[in-house]
Amino acid sequence: MRRILERWSLDPPLVLAVTALSMFGIAMIYSAGQVHVPNPVTEDAWIRQGLWFVLALGAFTLLARVPLLWIEWVAVPSYVVSVVLLALTLLVGEGRGTAAGVRSWIDLGFISFQPAEIAKLSTILALAHFLSQKDAALTSLRDLVPPAALVGLPLVLVMLQPDLGTAIAFVGILFAMLYWAATPVWLLLLVASPVIGLFLSYDTVVWSVYIVAVIGFLVLFRYKLYLFESVMLVLANFATASIARPLWNSLAPYQRNRILVFLDPEVDPRGAGYQVIQSKVAVGSGGFGGQGFTLGSQKRLDFLPEQHTDFIFSVVGEELGFVGTALAILAFGYVLTRLVRLAEGVGEKQPFAGLVLLGIFGAWLVHIFVNIGMTIGMVPITGIPLPFVSYGGTFLFMSWVAVAVAVRVAHERP
Amino acid sequence: MNIHHPHELQRRAVGAHLAVALFLSALIVGFFRIQVLGSDTWALRAASNRIRTLPIPAPRGTIYDREGRIVADNVPGYSITILPGPRDSVRATLERMSRYVELSDERVERLMDRMRVYGREVVVDANADFAAVAALEERRTEFPGVYVDMRPRRRYLMGGAGGHVTGYVGEITAEELGTDAFPEDRYEAGMVVGKIGIEREYEAMLQGQQGVRYVEFDARGRIVGDFEGVETRPAVAGEDLHLNLDMELQDWIHRIFPDSMSGAVVALDPEDGGVLALYSAPGYDPNDFVGGIADSTWARLNADEEDPLFNRSVLGLYAPASTWKLATAGIALDLGVVTPDQTMPEPCTGSWYWGNRSWGCWDPEGHGYNNLAEAIGNSCDVYFYQLGLRIGLERLLRRSTQIGFSRQCGIDLPQESRGEFPDRKEWYRERFGDVYLYGPTEGEALNLAIGQGPNSQTPLKMAQFYVALARDGSAPAPMLARGNGVAEGWELDLSAEHIAALQEGLRRVTAPGGTAHFGTALEHWDVLGKTGTGQNPLSVRGLAEDHAWFAGLAGPPGERPEVVVVALVEYGRSGGQVAAPIVAKTADFYLRRKYGIPVDTIQTYREHIMTGPVPAWYRERFPSAFRSRPASEPAIFAPSEPTWLSRPRTAPLDSVGSGVVPGAPGRAGPVGTPDRRLPLPGPTRASDGSRRSGGGP
Repeated sequence: MRRILERWSLDPPLVLAVTALSMFGIAMIYSAGQVHVPNPVTEDAWIRQGLWFVLALGAFTLLARVPLLWIEWVAVPSYVVSVVLLALTLLVGEGRGTAAGVRSWIDLGFISFQPAEIAKLSTILALAHFLSQKDAALTSLRDLVPPAALVGLPLVLVMLQPDLGTAIAFVGILFAMLYWAATPVWLLLLVASPVIGLFLSYDTVVWSVYIVAVIGFLVLFRYKLYLFESVMLVLANFATASIARPLWNSLAPYQRNRILVFLDPEVDPRGAGYQVIQSKVAVGSGGFGGQGFTLGSQKRLDFLPEQHTDFIFSVVGEELGFVGTALAILAFGYVLTRLVRLAEGVGEKQPFAGLVLLGIFGAWLVHIFVNIGMTIGMVPITGIPLPFVSYGGTFLFMSWVAVAVAVRVAHERP
Repeated sequence: MNIHHPHELQRRAVGAHLAVALFLSALIVGFFRIQVLGSDTWALRAASNRIRTLPIPAPRGTIYDREGRIVADNVPGYSITILPGPRDSVRATLERMSRYVELSDERVERLMDRMRVYGREVVVDANADFAAVAALEERRTEFPGVYVDMRPRRRYLMGGAGGHVTGYVGEITAEELGTDAFPEDRYEAGMVVGKIGIEREYEAMLQGQQGVRYVEFDARGRIVGDFEGVETRPAVAGEDLHLNLDMELQDWIHRIFPDSMSGAVVALDPEDGGVLALYSAPGYDPNDFVGGIADSTWARLNADEEDPLFNRSVLGLYAPASTWKLATAGIALDLGVVTPDQTMPEPCTGSWYWGNRSWGCWDPEGHGYNNLAEAIGNSCDVYFYQLGLRIGLERLLRRSTQIGFSRQCGIDLPQESRGEFPDRKEWYRERFGDVYLYGPTEGEALNLAIGQGPNSQTPLKMAQFYVALARDGSAPAPMLARGNGVAEGWELDLSAEHIAALQEGLRRVTAPGGTAHFGTALEHWDVLGKTGTGQNPLSVRGLAEDHAWFAGLAGPPGERPEVVVVALVEYGRSGGQVAAPIVAKTADFYLRRKYGIPVDTIQTYREHIMTGPVPAWYRERFPSAFRSRPASEPAIFAPSEPTWLSRPRTAPLDSVGSGVVPGAPGRAGPVGTPDRRLPLPGPTRASDGSRRSGGGP
């Protein structure tokens, strides 16, 4: 029995954990459909999710048997195909369900899917392929340009859909993989500094302290970067800070609202703040033990927004309480640490495998943190699903494909 | 350096683990703060999210008449309410609803406005019929934010007969809310309040205390059910109200009042000034107003030239005409400028020459020398011209004002007109400008003495004055509600002899040969009264008839009057023929019921001889009518003029005289709920030529 499991899954701890999470997700989607005034679409969502789960298991079984070499071979072509598909999405993409406003689906007639989900995985493979060729650490800004461009292309295309949530996942992929490719943390922070500065520029004093710290760092460790790069970094910081206001003004009102509401949901309780407030109300009223499976009153009475997709975790919070949320977060934590452990295990012989695992790790960490964080107002609301739990066929399927790739690359010994 | 050396990997894995721990513990701390530390706050928030308070309307107090019969009560009704929400969706819901509920576009706009102003639920239809309610309930999902509940609905049992008295209720308006009458600590939007009439006057008493219930809603505003766990505060009913009004008398007046005519009838109890009936025609059915009047009904009421919404009994101002001569007489007696037996120096010859012009008497035949009672009986203008001069303009104005002809009666209704009467000489110039630059001449006293001139009174005011004549010169304020104590009325300082003399004058009006005899002679009761022919802007120019007045006192023969009735019929032409029968029939109905005598629709002498032989009681009650002729020939009592009343029966005069009406229907027996056997005057002003051809006062 145990051998069968091992042979099928290659890595039982990871696969069992994500199987549990997937089934937990189906249960929560079922619960999310149990509302006072039933809606046939959401009521049966759990069945469709279950079918996708079965399909995903099948795909996992197949893909887990694909040789690592094939995966590495397919990396670049799949990246190219993904970028083309993303570009196509901008032309023929359609909205769906709770994400009706974005052009992220491609409809093939018999099936429709989100190219962005495929692009995430193929970008991970392509970047892993690129970074695994390097045998030295990337220690200068110039070294970071090619990998950044590699990820930047699909990222920009996704942003244009516009799907901010998935775009952020690409950032997670880039940083996690660069980190695994031995890029120093301080360099990553410096790369991120103009963006951090952009947000800190809302307050002159805070930003002043921040820019002094950045310049101070560059002066103290001036030997680590070329002078030209240091100057560029500082200039970039000044540039983002100075465009902060025009950028703010150029945002659409609803986008501005989202940021304002993130800072204080009560500024617009009926509009943009509504989702955060209702979600916090649901989560908060769950208390320690929760209201009981399928019994959440805010959910039943339809107060929760998008409760079977992006806000599925609010249902968890309301019905299963702190016990449920903490256990679910710990389960995700286990999955993430398992990925790191696998990457660590592949060793120096397979840098490609380790990078792929960390890429998946980066994407999921962003998904998990942003999705769960937004249900309690810790993170601004972006339409980003929770891996394995949120309703969504393509996403569940691609998550399982990622699992298959992960276990394959981790367990193939050359 | 080998960046993929196991040691390096291990170091970086620690970093990655740290990142996981950092991010996920941040999440766990966040959930801990909200779910464990802040759980109570959020649970409360969750409750207030979906629990709303809805008002439970309190039933209004029941209104009873003097016999304890219900005038206004509450019956269960359905009301449809919509909760506030986004404007577009509320509008769409209302538009969908208009398939099942009568909702015009204007009404939708009004409801939208009201929702915007109040920011809370608004009542779409406070009086929904069952079919509409059932249709909405079936399609609940189509109507988010709409709920149907039972609420007490006002019902007026007098209907159109008493609309002007009871008034009606309606939803409080934004303008009313917060005024002194509707303080915000007691009233809130959506409440049903008294708008007019007794409902408004006694609003504070009749209004109960709203209850509260807690209802669970879903996010789309659909009611899920009553919320368990929080006590509902029940509504407290308003206090009941008992009236002096006699509901059946009011209804009787409604039956006997000429259908197409406008006017007012006021019946007062001289004992305490209690209002027995307060009728104004045309009227309206207050039930139409309950739960919001239909636009079509409202338009019809407003378009009606007769103005059914105008309460003529307390708001209508009419020249009191000859009915006011009693006031002149009373003031003269009070001042001592005349005694009951005195005659005026100059006899009435049909006109009188004074101040360089001729002043006519209504009767060009003239009345000769009259004492006070005869002058009242003949309504002799010449006598009263001279009496007016004796009093003098100055004193006439002062005394009239003192006894209240320029004041309100103080009846317990929200609106009452103040009598229009000059209170001093300067009044003329203030009112009419420089025509009266040198002040009014004494000639004004002549006009005022016969009830002409700038003198307009309400029917209620005249009724109050005749209450004073039925008593001892004092009259309490007329009161609709019982037990409010006798409010201060007025005091006319008249001795018993003076009252007797005035009443004797009134008796002559209704005695055989008097102008109002035929229409007022009753089997069981003495009716005294005074006719009046009030000029009005149209009649002065010959465009319409004068207003017909009759003010009467009635009671058992030889005893104090027990009811005072004043009738005014607009453009009725003849007080004696049009207004007097209404008064007599009203008094007869009231007194018969008071003394337990069965009520008949054939009441006055005229009605009797129209439908049958001269009744036996008539010979007993009025032997004087037969003094000069053989008893078998009471021909003089047959109508001497072609009146409107003779038309329906077309009985030849001789057959009336012989006491046999061929084919006359049998008399109706005693009736509990009298039907209207004898059609009362219903001719329209324009078409009825015969009515106009008659003469006399």
